[in-house]
Amino acid sequence: MGKIKPTEAARPVEQSDETKTASDIWQADYDAQIGSDQKIQNRSGIEIKPLYAPPDESDDAYQDKLGFPGQAPMTRGIYPTMHRGRTWSQRQLIGLGRPEDFNARIKKILSAGSTALSLIPCNSVYRGFDCDEVAPELLGTCGTVVNTVEDMEICLRDIPIDKISVGLNDPLPFSLLTLMLTVADKRGIDWATLTGTSNQSDYISHFVANHMFYRLSLPGSRRTLLDTFEYCASTVPKWNTLSIVGQHMQQAGATPAEAMGLAISTALQYAKDCQARGMDPDQYLARFTFFFDISISFFEEIAKFRAGRRIWARLVKERFGVTDSRATRFKFHAQTSGCDLTRQQPLNNIARVTAQAIAGIFGGLQSMHTDSYDEVLSTPSEGAATIAIATQNILKHEAHLCDVIDPLGGSYYIESLTDDMEDKILGVIRQIDEQGGMYRAVENGFVQRMIGVSAMAFQDKVESGEQVIVGVNAYEVEEDASSRPVLERPAQSAMQAQVDQLTRFKAERSQSAVDRALKILRETCQSPRDNVFAAELDAVRVGATHGEVIAAMRDELGFGQPLMVA
Amino acid sequence: MNEVASPPRVLMTKIGLDGHDRGSRIVTAFLRDAGMEVIYTNPWQDVSSVVNLALQEDVDVVGVSSLATDHLLVPKLMKGLKDAGLAHVRVVIGGIVPDEDEANLIKAGVSKIFHPGTPREDIIESVGRLAEDATNERPSL
Repeated sequence: MGKIKPTEAARPVEQSDETKTASDIWQADYDAQIGSDQKIQNRSGIEIKPLYAPPDESDDAYQDKLGFPGQAPMTRGIYPTMHRGRTWSQRQLIGLGRPEDFNARIKKILSAGSTALSLIPCNSVYRGFDCDEVAPELLGTCGTVVNTVEDMEICLRDIPIDKISVGLNDPLPFSLLTLMLTVADKRGIDWATLTGTSNQSDYISHFVANHMFYRLSLPGSRRTLLDTFEYCASTVPKWNTLSIVGQHMQQAGATPAEAMGLAISTALQYAKDCQARGMDPDQYLARFTFFFDISISFFEEIAKFRAGRRIWARLVKERFGVTDSRATRFKFHAQTSGCDLTRQQPLNNIARVTAQAIAGIFGGLQSMHTDSYDEVLSTPSEGAATIAIATQNILKHEAHLCDVIDPLGGSYYIESLTDDMEDKILGVIRQIDEQGGMYRAVENGFVQRMIGVSAMAFQDKVESGEQVIVGVNAYEVEEDASSRPVLERPAQSAMQAQVDQLTRFKAERSQSAVDRALKILRETCQSPRDNVFAAELDAVRVGATHGEVIAAMRDELGFGQPLMVA
Repeated sequence: MNEVASPPRVLMTKIGLDGHDRGSRIVTAFLRDAGMEVIYTNPWQDVSSVVNLALQEDVDVVGVSSLATDHLLVPKLMKGLKDAGLAHVRVVIGGIVPDEDEANLIKAGVSKIFHPGTPREDIIESVGRLAEDATNERPSL
């Protein structure tokens, strides 16, 4: 492999864009964005360039298939500097117990080197209920109980939400986002400074593969998403309201190629829906983000991400006439796959997560969650979560995985596999197109059937031993139970206190104001020309709870139900 | 007892709040392939609706899939089954169950807990045997 021009080479500034090579343009963008680029030398004293490319950079095939980072077709990365400039955000999903517990834990995680925060609410919140509506045994065992503005204030106490990126696991109708925006108002924080993502806003993926997040009917969800997307595009401009989730499909059993194809088809569906509302594709597509699984199938995952990036950049131009290259960027968060972790010899999972994380980094992700080794045993313990973050830092600083952009680009194997994955992914997208798009393909059960078949096929491979899983169907050893982490679970008394706090919160607010706001919310649901998210926000501002807002919307817009049974 | 052995009847369900259903679907599929009659429910059932369904469908075994912490509700299910006169019905759990909880669940009357990585033959064999036990103990009408 040849090297590109050294960074310090003089670039003729008077050259017009037409005579500039793609390499020159990349170099200029790189220099402009990198800030102070420190020279990197390896242990043998060899200087490491940020990018390696073929000697003949005008080679049409190279430009067509790979190009330079930040340039079409984005195969090598969506930014000119990629991880050499800014590494991925370390976004550990945490949530446990009461808001106070979350606040204490997030402060620890931030001081341990995490660079973004992520809030995972309790399953009762996911299912759209307040804590006084569910079996008390389950409260706070999988995430944090957040029902009111007061709860959210406690969760975010002393956290500079205007400076760090916030991820809210907040399925439709975005009640956590309304709580956070209200907290921002109370703290005098300008919404324009808020950055982050509403994770789990991709309702289509919930109807396919993760029924944890059902709240509203399919048509009701469609409307709520678009209303919120439209509202936030102008009022919280740096917030990513939409995160399209390929992860659910893959966790439910889709192959990596299927998960990528289904996620892209989902995104195309949302883009079409935005287009139907008359929104500008250059603007709305720039706010789309994705969320993927990273399985332990190492090279397959790297090729999956590279192919997905290339397909997306091309399709949005072809189908929506995007002209701004920012709107062609395939921004994604990825999480190492919990399905690959084993209960047997759980410490082995640290090795699995490491391999998965490397695949994600070489795949060019923007944000990552590494699973704790004990996730297959219970909700992650603090000690295990610390190792998961350290894993990312070791890969970054000790293994130097960020020094070079797309370091595997040009490998015969990787490029051939990227092409093959692209074909497979396009095949899936074509099948969904034939069904009339993702909305229809989910409504008629096509996607659910596709995933069911693949889940079974993989299970067969494990059962037959064709797919070796160390400690499970091969290399089994005597268990060492002492390596098991201690189970952390909130005390029942703490959860009772949380329920009492909700009761007090409700008693102290103006009930008539809440009733009025909820009535307006209901009327707004029935009036398609008004924006439901604005009405939700108004209700939360006067003290309506998460459960009350969702109950009202569920009544009016219909309840989400699985669309197919086994 | 029937003269001609009828196939085991199994109710496959998820109680509580979580909806990860890959496991319950796969197990349903291979128990059916093994010749059992499996009634499948969507996730997030109430304990009382599972008890009612077990009664109406006259099942031998109830399989509860739990990936989050919904297994903590199983003691309530055991009591519900007993109160409904279904003490003979065997209950098994599959999924993520921490060691600390296992003893309590067994004490509450759960017959078997299948952790991740259990071979499907073991599950088929266990469920078949438990169904037989349940049939033998079923109160005669």
